[in-house]
Amino acid sequence: MSILELKGLTQRFGGLIAVNDVDLSVEAGEIVGLIGPNGAGKTTVVNLITGVFKPSSGTVTFKGRRLDGLKPYQISRMGVARTYQVVQPFPEMSVLENVMAPAIFAAGASSKAEAMRAADEAIDFLGLKDLRDTLASELTLAERKRLELAKSLAMKPEVLLLDEVNAGLNPAEIEIALEMIRAIAARGVTIILIEHLMKVVMSLCSRIVVLHHGAKIAEGKPDEITKNEKVIQAYLGNRYAKANAAEKPNV
Amino acid sequence: MKRPVIALIAFAIIACLPLLGDNYLLRLGTMFAMYAVLAQSWNIIGGYAGYPSFATAAFFGLGAYTGAILQGLGWPMPLAWVAAGLLAAVFAGAMGSAILHLKGHYFAIASLVLAEVLLEVTTSWTSLTGGGMGLNLPIIRMSIAAQARLFFWSMLGLAVLTFLMSWYVSAGRIGFALRCIRQNEDASSMVGINTTRYKVVAFVMSSLFVGAAGALYASWVFYIEPPDVYSVMTTIRPIVMTMLGGAGTLLGPVIGSAIFLVIEEVVWRNFLSVHAAVLGILIVGLIFYLPNGIVGAVARRFRKRGAENGET
Repeated sequence: MSILELKGLTQRFGGLIAVNDVDLSVEAGEIVGLIGPNGAGKTTVVNLITGVFKPSSGTVTFKGRRLDGLKPYQISRMGVARTYQVVQPFPEMSVLENVMAPAIFAAGASSKAEAMRAADEAIDFLGLKDLRDTLASELTLAERKRLELAKSLAMKPEVLLLDEVNAGLNPAEIEIALEMIRAIAARGVTIILIEHLMKVVMSLCSRIVVLHHGAKIAEGKPDEITKNEKVIQAYLGNRYAKANAAEKPNV
Repeated sequence: MKRPVIALIAFAIIACLPLLGDNYLLRLGTMFAMYAVLAQSWNIIGGYAGYPSFATAAFFGLGAYTGAILQGLGWPMPLAWVAAGLLAAVFAGAMGSAILHLKGHYFAIASLVLAEVLLEVTTSWTSLTGGGMGLNLPIIRMSIAAQARLFFWSMLGLAVLTFLMSWYVSAGRIGFALRCIRQNEDASSMVGINTTRYKVVAFVMSSLFVGAAGALYASWVFYIEPPDVYSVMTTIRPIVMTMLGGAGTLLGPVIGSAIFLVIEEVVWRNFLSVHAAVLGILIVGLIFYLPNGIVGAVARRFRKRGAENGET
C-alpha cells in the first residue's frame, strides 16, 4: 500500500483552479520529484497535503488515514513534515532552540533533555554543530536552508516535502544539499521534492510528476519525462516542441 | 534560576513597607502592586505571544463590578475577589476563542472594543450596576490604618501570584510555544504547535489576576463608576510599563511598573497642569531610546562586555 495518496485533489481560489484533479500515489522510501513551470500549482499541492488549505474537493490519505480537513499541527504530529520555499526560522532563537521546537511539539519529546538530544542529533546530521548556539537571524541563506532541514528532521517524519530547498544556493552549496537529501532518504524517509533545477531532480528522483496549470500532465522515470512531448511543450512552448518532434520523428 | 529568587526577595522587602508607618508610601505601594499585576498579565499575551491586547480594562472593569456586586450581596471579600478573577478568565476564554484568529492591528481593535461594550452594558444595566451613578461597596469595620495594610498586602500577594504564573510560563512549554508564535505563527503550527489553544490559554492567563485586581481595587476605594474602571488608561499603562521594563522578559514588567509609578508621581507633583503632555513626551522618548526596555538594554550591555572579555 502506498504511504501517501492523493485522489482527485482540486483547489479553487475564486475563479482560479490552482490544482485540478490531481491523482498521485507515493510508495514508502521513494523520492518523487514534483516539477512544473512557475504557477503550476506545486506549492499549492504541498499546502493541501500539510493542511494549510483545505481542498475544494478530493482526498489526501496518509497510511490509510485522511489528512484533508486536519490542521497543520495535527498533520505534522502524524509524521508529515515540510520545508518552506521561503525559509521560516524563528529569528530570535538559536539554532538549537529552533530545532528543539519540532522535537517538543511535533515529535512529542517527553522532557527538555530528550528534546535537546533529538535536536542535537538532527543538528549534527546536517553539519550545523558549530552554529548550534548562533541566532537563526545571523545565518547565511544556505545555513538557514539546512536549519529548515534539521527542523523537519527533528519532527521524525515519515514523509518529507521539500519545497525548493536548493533555490538561491550556489553550485557548491547545492552539491552539499544533494548529499544531505540523499542521506535523509537513506534513513528511510519518503521524500517529495519540489524543484526548479532539473539537474537536482534528475540525479535524485526515482519518479517525476509534472504539473502544468494545476493539472498533472505527465508522470514517469526521469529519462521518460525529458522526452515527453507535453512536458517539452509546457516548458519550452509549442513551436519548439513541433520543431523538436520534426527533427526526431521516432521519439 | 537566580533572578526570580532575587525578585521574590525584593517582593518580601516591599512587604515590610507598613513598618515605616507612612500612609502615602503605603498607597504608592498598593498602586505599584496593582500595576505589577496588570503589567505582568499583559506581558503574557502582549510580550510572550506578541498579540497587542487592549483588553486589560475590560478584564479589570468586569472584575471590579463582579466583586462589588457580590460583596453587595453579602459575599465575603476574598471570595468575591476569587469569583471576579474566575469570571474574567471565563470571559477571556470565550472572547479569545472568537477574536484570536485576528492578527496585528485587527486583533488590537477587536480587543479594544471589549472594554467599550462592557462599559455600555454596565452603564445601561442600572438595576444591577447602578449605571452612571456608580456603586458603593459595604463599609468594612476596621481602622483606616489596618485597612490600608490589608489592601496593600492583598494586592502585593496578587502581584506575587502573577509573578509565579509568569515564571511558570517563561520557564516552561507554554512560554516556548508562545515565543515561537510571536516570531512566526505559520511556522509554529508547522512544527506541531496548536497555536489556537496556546493563544487562548495566554489570553485567559492575562485576564485571571487582572479581574481579581479589579475586585480588590473596588474593595479598596469603596466606590466605583463605569468610566473609572473601564478607563483607557487602565489598558495603556500596563503596555507602557511592560515596554519600558522589557516585553517578553520575566522581570521587565515588574521593573517597568515601579519606574513608571515613580515617573508618574514626580511628573504629577511638578507639572500638575501639563502632566499628561510631559508624561507623553517621556513615554515617546523612552520607547525611542529603549526599544527593548530596560532589561533588554542591560542584557545587551552585558553581552557586549562578555564578548569583549572573550576576545582579549
